[in-house]
Amino acid sequence: MESKPRFLSILDLVSLTLLLVASGLVFFYAPMEAVMGQVQRVFYFHVAAGWVGMLGFLVAAVAGIFYLRTNDHKWDVVGLSSVEIGMVFAFINIVTGSIWARPIWNTWWTWDPRLTTATVMELIYAAYLMLRSGIEDPDRRARFGAVYAILGFVSVPMTFFSARLFRTIHPVVIGTGDPSAQGTFNMTPKMLQTFLFGLLTFSFIYADLLWHRVRLGKLNDKIEQKKLEAIS
Amino acid sequence: MNSDAQLVTSDAHQTASDSPLRSFLRATAAIIWKDLSAELRSRELLSAMLVFALLVILIFNFALDLDVEARNSVTAGVLWVTFSFAGTLGLNRSMAVEKDRGCLDGLLLAPVDRSAIYFGKAIGNLIFMLLIEIIVLPVYSALYNINLFIPGLLAVTVLGSIGYVAVGTLLATMAVQTRTRDILLPILLFPVVLPVLLGAVKGSTFFLEGREMSDIWPWINLLITFDVIFTAIAFMVFDYIVEE
Repeated sequence: MESKPRFLSILDLVSLTLLLVASGLVFFYAPMEAVMGQVQRVFYFHVAAGWVGMLGFLVAAVAGIFYLRTNDHKWDVVGLSSVEIGMVFAFINIVTGSIWARPIWNTWWTWDPRLTTATVMELIYAAYLMLRSGIEDPDRRARFGAVYAILGFVSVPMTFFSARLFRTIHPVVIGTGDPSAQGTFNMTPKMLQTFLFGLLTFSFIYADLLWHRVRLGKLNDKIEQKKLEAIS
Repeated sequence: MNSDAQLVTSDAHQTASDSPLRSFLRATAAIIWKDLSAELRSRELLSAMLVFALLVILIFNFALDLDVEARNSVTAGVLWVTFSFAGTLGLNRSMAVEKDRGCLDGLLLAPVDRSAIYFGKAIGNLIFMLLIEIIVLPVYSALYNINLFIPGLLAVTVLGSIGYVAVGTLLATMAVQTRTRDILLPILLFPVVLPVLLGAVKGSTFFLEGREMSDIWPWINLLITFDVIFTAIAFMVFDYIVEE
């Protein structure tokens, strides 16, 4: 068995260090938001986790396109790995959002476009995993998974726009938002730095996890092959 | 069923010398005709969908207490839940009969473009769904004394059905080839098709409430966009989900 690549170990360390520094920034460097207080600090990791979730699903859709074009099994492993990571981070995004919404919107949940879209996204990729688990033939599983990952990713923005035709109360911090949004604030330079650092950190964590998960998938394939050889 | 598949094959042979577009259209028409004539003989699919749709409306009647005030705001939702449930029933069945006795393999062996098979099945499914709607809408109108014959509402219903069937046919083809085929289709279909349901329900509700056209157009545009995008995607990827 090949040993763990050295560069991967370095990436592990870098991601861990970045996460520690980012947590430090969030709690000690970023100033306290005047109206919302401490709970606003959830914003930094909330958006970063949402970003990684979207990135994961985007990578899965792109990997799906590459798989259908090349028929190369490694893209299937990348797609599945990316969906699994994306689901976890999208879930972190929803949970941290709820924690923030309880004091600010006075409710854990509301059927706002972004919240609706986030839920539908989780359900689409849960369906993706169920679809895969229902197929034994690896080739067909990879093909169907690729098709569904593409279809699902195209559907997500449509859901967002259709839900957006209703009024939204979710704050838009980057760019100009709906004036009726509740909980909007303007970022100070220190907040912006913390926010961007959080995005960077989570991107590194995503890359690190993806690498680990793809490596695991490949080792898993090897075991399957060995098993087949042992039987025959 | 097997003879129907052969009929498609021989039909396509005859047209091999024609222009590609004409032979494509003939293959599509042959598949639609096969589905319609099979249904005309057995009447399994339509009767099951229809009875199921009426049962769903009956359940809603008790669950929601559809009194006069509630009707205007809830009608579109009730109708679309009914159509989408009855629709999954029909989609599942229409692909399952192809899979059961190897008819799908027969269709794939036919020397026609694979996407002709997709469009044939999709248009066949669309016809079944529209037939159900043609029966359910007047029945609902009579039962609840509400006028559903607004041209705009009917247009929204057709647009919604097109989007629903475009994705539904693709996903049903995938679902029947899995181990968990009976339960998988709604799980795959509903989250992806949500924008079309949202657009159809909102568009219909606005027509029932007699809103301004400027309020309604965004929803109609959304439905048209959805129909176009998803038909295009299904057209592009259908080859990959039927290849062996």
